Amino acid sequence: MNPSLHIGHSRIRKEGRAKVTGEAQYTDDVRMEYMLYGVTVRSSVPRGILKGIEFGEGIPWDEFVIVTAKDVPGELNVALIERDQPFLALDRINHPEEPVVLLAHADRYLLEKARAAVHLDIEPLPPLFDLEESLACKEVIWGQDNLFKKILIEKGDVDSVWAGAAHVVEGEYKTGSQEQLYIEPNGAIAVANAEAGVTVWGSLQCPYYVHTALKALFNLPDDKVRVIQMETGGGFGGKEDYPSLIAGHAALLSLKAGGRPVKIVYDREEDMVATTKRHPSRTRIRSAFDAEGRLLALDIDFALDGGAYLTLSPVVLSRGAIHAGGPYRCPNTSIRARAAATNTPPHGAFRGFGAPQSLFAIERHMDVAAAQMGMDPIALRKQNLLRMGDATATGQIIKENVDLPGLLDHALEKLDYSAKKENHRIHNASLGPIKKGLGFAIFMHGCGFTGSGESYLASVAGVEGRADGKVHVLAASTEMGQGANTILSQVVAEVLKVPLEYVEVVRPDTALVPDSGPTVASRTTMVVGKLVQEAAIGLRQTLIQSGFLKVPYDGEGFSSAVKQYIAKNDHLKAYSQYNTPPQIVWDDQLYKGDAYTTFAWACYAAEVAVDTRTFEVKVEDFVAFQEVGRVLNPTLAEGQIEGGVAQGIGYGLSEQVVWSKGRMANGQMTNYIMATSMDIPRIRVYFEENPYPNGPGGAKGLGELPMDGPAPALLNAVQDALGTSAPREIPLTPERLMDLLDLMDFLEPSNV
Amino acid sequence: MRGQVPGCTVHTPTTLIGALEILFAEKGAWRPLAGGTDLMVLFAAGVLPFSRFLNLWGLDELRGIETTSDSVSLGALTTYAEIRTHPLIAAELPNLVQSAWVTGAMAIQNRGTLAGNIANGSPAADTPPSLLAYGAEVQLQSLAGSRWVPYENFHTGYKQTVMLPEELITRIRVWRPKGDNFHFFRKVGTRKAQAISKVCLAAYARAEEGRVAEFRLGMGSVAPVPMRALTTEMLVQGQAIEELDGQFIAGAKLALMEDIRPIDDIRSTASYRRKVSANVLGQLLEEMVERFKRA
Repeated sequence: MNPSLHIGHSRIRKEGRAKVTGEAQYTDDVRMEYMLYGVTVRSSVPRGILKGIEFGEGIPWDEFVIVTAKDVPGELNVALIERDQPFLALDRINHPEEPVVLLAHADRYLLEKARAAVHLDIEPLPPLFDLEESLACKEVIWGQDNLFKKILIEKGDVDSVWAGAAHVVEGEYKTGSQEQLYIEPNGAIAVANAEAGVTVWGSLQCPYYVHTALKALFNLPDDKVRVIQMETGGGFGGKEDYPSLIAGHAALLSLKAGGRPVKIVYDREEDMVATTKRHPSRTRIRSAFDAEGRLLALDIDFALDGGAYLTLSPVVLSRGAIHAGGPYRCPNTSIRARAAATNTPPHGAFRGFGAPQSLFAIERHMDVAAAQMGMDPIALRKQNLLRMGDATATGQIIKENVDLPGLLDHALEKLDYSAKKENHRIHNASLGPIKKGLGFAIFMHGCGFTGSGESYLASVAGVEGRADGKVHVLAASTEMGQGANTILSQVVAEVLKVPLEYVEVVRPDTALVPDSGPTVASRTTMVVGKLVQEAAIGLRQTLIQSGFLKVPYDGEGFSSAVKQYIAKNDHLKAYSQYNTPPQIVWDDQLYKGDAYTTFAWACYAAEVAVDTRTFEVKVEDFVAFQEVGRVLNPTLAEGQIEGGVAQGIGYGLSEQVVWSKGRMANGQMTNYIMATSMDIPRIRVYFEENPYPNGPGGAKGLGELPMDGPAPALLNAVQDALGTSAPREIPLTPERLMDLLDLMDFLEPSNV
Repeated sequence: MRGQVPGCTVHTPTTLIGALEILFAEKGAWRPLAGGTDLMVLFAAGVLPFSRFLNLWGLDELRGIETTSDSVSLGALTTYAEIRTHPLIAAELPNLVQSAWVTGAMAIQNRGTLAGNIANGSPAADTPPSLLAYGAEVQLQSLAGSRWVPYENFHTGYKQTVMLPEELITRIRVWRPKGDNFHFFRKVGTRKAQAISKVCLAAYARAEEGRVAEFRLGMGSVAPVPMRALTTEMLVQGQAIEELDGQFIAGAKLALMEDIRPIDDIRSTASYRRKVSANVLGQLLEEMVERFKRA
């Protein structure tokens, strides 16, 4: 490998200084002249018919800007995959946080009084909160059958296997919702008027999603809508589709206010209660093994609770379904996946996007199966792990030289598995209240969009030489704390062979940057990074061919070549558009073929201590071992993994959304139990580097991967500690664990 | 922020007498404000039913930890941070230090006060179990004079206390333990830090001539008010240390499950609180026996 200038080196974040000094401008930092504040009046019933809106006494209503569904100039529904979710309810209420009325005023205190004084007259209809009841069509609340999407993945013939199998193991697994809990709540500022169009500044992941939704909402052409990303304090998927809604609200108010700027920033509770969260899931697995533990069949029924509207549920379901079979070779597989409606706020994107749900089920199931068959969970995995040349559930042939048994061995070695196992055996035999256990999960995460998503998007990104001799990166990919600015700069500076300061990333603004797609799906480094790499190669070649740049050169030389070129030719830009790598074939109808251009692979291993007095599970040690192609920036990569594991520990053990009649009842950080640094051990992160030829510098995507493994690893460790395979639902709160153990005592008192 | 800042009045008296005069003149009209760590949460959510605040923060008469040979007296405005770092309290009343450590975050501990913690009346507060275990007393003062109330009688119902509208808490007094004693504190929270208790248990015991001469058990989050587990206390008190065996402990656990009145809420369940209270009592008694046998 050639020594590289930037790739593989930890570089300081491009925007880090501005963030730590407070210079960075977030949406709520911006105050504009004549600006009004906006708030949302929401339904408080989960389902019903809107009969009337009353404006109570004691409020000077004539001072307020008031917007309802009747004020919408264009398409009432948010343009996303389907157009089913209204910006404002017209007559039907489908969840308890449905926006109905928007208010704006310069006095935010008066605004709060006014918000409380609006009374909605809603005739209630019977609501549906339970996923199984939705699947059974107890009420029909969406479409013909409540189903947002159905997927069937079939390989071989599962029904030919059951009768002859040595072992048939069945299990049902459940995962709860999860709140993204980015540090900065959703917010947007809009200026809208009939002549100039609509401009929005906001905390968002996907400027062009908002652009599309606003064009439809206001019935405006491309160039009359402009979306600008402000500094964004975290997203995790929670700012993928929701910003379209809040940006639309601010813009509707501004239009009615005659073009005065309107700012809407949610407080923490409104953000937690009203915006999207992770889809809850239920997975049923029936599996068959031969006498040696070889997997013969997997029959999987995977169901997601999508909430009231379709939003991104079909694609979340798709990723979940494709990952449902885990990293295993299985000749007969049937995966039936459904996403169904309930009367809760719509569930949406969250780091992992369906994969954490289905991977929890399969990775938990493998340990359940091992226990039932009397096999060691390591040996059972090794019998079945995918190798180069094997086919996944969709028939995708693994073409890379992936060594999953090796990954498993390395992770367990780092955890000191064998020695700890022996210590635990002795420790747990004593009568003490603390029981210790080890568990692991082995898994993959598909990089970039699913199936034909990337070729359909046909993303474009570019680079531009500037009159000051610097190069700007032009992409719609947003920095939201994950390090996109730094990574894209490193990739470009590597190609141009210049110091990192010579490259700047332009703030995403639909008037200035091309549509390089949404900042999601672990695609920014691998897909957009590749595009800016190609564009940078083009720019460098242009400079060389023009004669201004002579190899070898230094930073100064490069910069002066850029200046000279621009002095002569006015501008220097290069773009690149996505091309599907060769031999990637996907059938969207049959769900067959190459679901992803590549996968990141990992094995996570954990040690837990269960306090049998309080039923608390303490994570004592955690090893995250992964293969993500080549690591471009070790510090950022480790940070991504640590953060994802912390989120995964919360997902597995404590982050419970408490639902009450379709509404989140614990929408405060006090009562929604995200792990603190005290709840998390040192997370030991290791990378196995295996450069991926189609990624910039050999990189794959890694952002979502760490979300997939912690929950199953932890519950497998609890199984090991307590000697029971009963825990099959997350979060495994102490209350839930106590109830499980009580139930077991009741059923089998002799085991106590 | 949904609280109505423009509608609020904050009055800041400079003397205790000045504060008591205002409370007396307009009974019930002013809400005393100390560290503000409870009030501000409700205020920001727009659900605080008060708009006139009597800011006590400047009243130096309500500060300071005073010790005599028999007692420790803490000014009403003593913060958790001050409790946490006081050497005599750490040495003799360790449950108080532990309570202070597990209340909120550092910033809360720097600002929140002991009197505020009890006046707020939350059954989930973490200093009350320790105060109950130590048999604390609370001094209430009004223009008419002052009175000492045993802390175990202070709370009369959910968020209700014996305080009259014209009274302020001025001091909290705890007797210094004598003889061969044992202290136990365990909070079972929703997480390791920044957590609200699901169960909180504090105990103080003194042994004399092989028997449990004194035993007080304070509990949080298991009833509408912080409470002493009186039946359980009576069971343990007077027992010979030798007789506190597994069978006895099992009985005590059953007694405690009857003593408490937990509920289901968004943080936990009644059945969890009941069972875990009993299990932690088991831990406490085992540790106590071990401790007294060692002496």
